[in-house]
Amino acid sequence: MSINTERQGHTYASTAAYQVSREAVRDFAAAVKAQHPAHYDVDAAADLGYRDLLAPPTFAVVIAQRAEAAAVNDPQAGIDFSRVVHTEERFTHQEPITAADTLQAQTTLERIRVMGAGAMVTTVTDIRTVEGSPRATVTSSLLVRADDATDDAEEQT
Amino acid sequence: MSTRAFAELDKGQTIGTRTVTFSRADLIRYAAASGDHNPIHWNERFAAEVGLDGVIAHGMLTMGSAVDLVSDWAGDPGAVVDYQTRFTRPVPVPDAAAGPPEEATATLEVTGTVGRLDEQAQTARIDLTVELLQGGQRTRVLAKSQAVVVLTQR
Repeated sequence: MSINTERQGHTYASTAAYQVSREAVRDFAAAVKAQHPAHYDVDAAADLGYRDLLAPPTFAVVIAQRAEAAAVNDPQAGIDFSRVVHTEERFTHQEPITAADTLQAQTTLERIRVMGAGAMVTTVTDIRTVEGSPRATVTSSLLVRADDATDDAEEQT
Repeated sequence: MSTRAFAELDKGQTIGTRTVTFSRADLIRYAAASGDHNPIHWNERFAAEVGLDGVIAHGMLTMGSAVDLVSDWAGDPGAVVDYQTRFTRPVPVPDAAAGPPEEATATLEVTGTVGRLDEQAQTARIDLTVELLQGGQRTRVLAKSQAVVVLTQR
């Protein structure tokens, strides 16, 4: 399988709506060892002005990765997931994500840069509520290692 | 918005240091909470087959746990409006030789400093240094790890 640079710029269909539950926020916060009470206690979140439990700064990855799967699994893009190394991630929040948000995500294959026999693939995922209110932009870069490349690919990140 | 006031900050000042540890149980917990079930984070044989020395932590677990220092310092995790990193080195999380799988086998040290102050936007960029502590060695596992915090205007 080889990468298809023609697919650069392609935007995939929005994901099915994702309902942010209090349990998902608490479980994610516990998993990343976040200690702030606004992730666990509705009153603590309300004290900071949030309508419900506040998701940790990287919670958006849960929704983004579901949307990015469309690009990663796109036969026309030709990304070999077994050779993928995650190299960069960025979250830009327009509004904090809180429990009770119902979100949709849409991924664009922003850039495909061929590097030797491998490639660097950057996706940009827009996350907003089903009502259209923007929440976060998630930029993710993946290195697709060449078949016979080993560690030299890692050094280029 | 952060409870920290812009005027009280200086570029280069530290916001603190924190130690974060990972166990095999932590990796399973993160896989479940995030939906990232890539077997390199829980299956030794599979990790070895794809050329790793063993099971490694999710890069997103490292990124996600490192920012808590900033969330606590800011007083409001929602004040972190932008957060980025590069993953430069893997974080190996070997199976504990004995005892429960909750036994931590990887230790990271996270340090934050004020890297940039933007007076117009009233934001501070916190630069994080995240190092793996292993056998007396320190290895940086993240690069260009930066969190932008919106501060109280006073």
